Amino acid sequence: DISDVGRKYHLDLVLEDVLDKDRTLNCSAEVLYHLGNTNIAPDVQFTLEGELKNSDEADTRFYNWIKSLENELVAENIPDSHGNVSPEMEPIWLLGWVASGYVIWQNSTEDTKFQLAQIKRVKQVKRSDDSLEFDYMILLHEMVSQ
Amino acid sequence: DQVLHIVPETFQQVQHLQHLCSTLLLDLWKPLLPEDIRTGGDLHIRVPAPLVQEVKDSLNQHMISYKVLVPDVQELVDQSMPRQRSSHRQVSEGYVYTEYHPMEEIYQWMSQIQKSNSELVTQHYLGRTVENRPMYYLQISQPSAKTKKIIWMDCGIHAREWISPAFCQWFVKEILQNYKTDPQISRFLQNLDLYVLPVLNIDGYIYSWEKDRFWRKNRSPHMNGTCYGTDLNRNFNSSWGSLGVSYNCSSEIFCGFGPESEPETRAVAQFIKEKKSDILCYLTIHSYGQYILTPYGSTTEPPSNSEELMQVAEEAAVALMAKYGTKYEVGPTSLILYNNSGSSRDWAHMIGIPFSYTFELRDKGVHGFVLPSDQIQPTCEETM
Repeated sequence: DISDVGRKYHLDLVLEDVLDKDRTLNCSAEVLYHLGNTNIAPDVQFTLEGELKNSDEADTRFYNWIKSLENELVAENIPDSHGNVSPEMEPIWLLGWVASGYVIWQNSTEDTKFQLAQIKRVKQVKRSDDSLEFDYMILLHEMVSQ
Repeated sequence: DQVLHIVPETFQQVQHLQHLCSTLLLDLWKPLLPEDIRTGGDLHIRVPAPLVQEVKDSLNQHMISYKVLVPDVQELVDQSMPRQRSSHRQVSEGYVYTEYHPMEEIYQWMSQIQKSNSELVTQHYLGRTVENRPMYYLQISQPSAKTKKIIWMDCGIHAREWISPAFCQWFVKEILQNYKTDPQISRFLQNLDLYVLPVLNIDGYIYSWEKDRFWRKNRSPHMNGTCYGTDLNRNFNSSWGSLGVSYNCSSEIFCGFGPESEPETRAVAQFIKEKKSDILCYLTIHSYGQYILTPYGSTTEPPSNSEELMQVAEEAAVALMAKYGTKYEVGPTSLILYNNSGSSRDWAHMIGIPFSYTFELRDKGVHGFVLPSDQIQPTCEETM
């Protein structure tokens, strides 16, 4: 407890690569939950022991695939009711998962436990430059309040 | 979902429709882009079910007339695609335990299981749900001179936790397939009776198949049908309405208007009360989180037999992990998860059932409620 500031947690954790379960990375982090005003996201500092796996190849494949589509990508319910994600939609799911991590961080307090439940809908946004843009509607599950 | 047909009459209406489409992310079937909406032109919009009323209200407010072109998009989709699953599944031999099944198939499965295993299994009526559906449990009991103690297990108290009913069905199948050859199971059945309720919250489960995959509660209507559902696992008479609940109907943890206010709760509670002197163990299966939870949720005060409760749970967790390495956390809900009152597990212990546990099955959040069906087998095998 840090008086007038908040509560700080020191964590030592092991990260597991979602795409390669045998690959782990040690991580140490500090998370500070601010006192009172729960509209401020917790402060997070972390260091990784080692490097994250390079995903350039997969990124390029995904980028080229999206660029090759005639119409803007639109998809719903990822995963579907039975938990399935089609191979083409995997990168879309992973992207949504990462992005939801940011949303979760911004909305977390000491009393919340959020997970991404499902991507309800994703729509590609047309752009005039070379970047890709996606508009996601996600469902987040909060464990305590359900 | 519905598809609405609108012919805008003024430029103002066009603007409002464009605004509606972009803010609510409505699916334009015709024209393709909002910028192509014009007066006198045909507009076809698909509106997701939860937004239908809001959109219609908005159209009415702005004096925009509309017709419902497609009243139920899902129906159209279903009609246009041949159903791959026959509605008359051959059960026992043909039943696929590694898939999730809708309630209709589970009902059929239950009667088939009884028919093909009548020397051991009987199906019993427990009560009716809010929407008047019958609740049945299966009794697995080896005929014997002595009265045996009972182990009760219910699944599917929360609609969206599909792996739970899948586990109950798997469990029954495993017992019936192996009781003659597996010495552990056969000894079990010599001394104990198993009572399995494969789906407790039937209405909710059906709703999660047909309308909203993430529905949790039952389907009792409140406030003149403007708000639905009580959390059945906050509705039992165990410090009801005190902690970890909401008194607001729209909440996922709405505890109902009183303990046992829901017919599903009453059906189970009545039965268990009746048999309580013979019930050794109460198990209730949920997902997700990978926990074996002991009483209580409503207080950190440990139950009287806390040591023994923990020991058994810890042994279970060890056995579970031995199968595929899946780690489960063990302990009282109030200490390792969150506070809640009115849970069935707390209630069972409070009325005197010595061993009372909540299982939260796989996973830890990567898939959460939508656990892929290829995980049904490993989840059930390790939990078994």
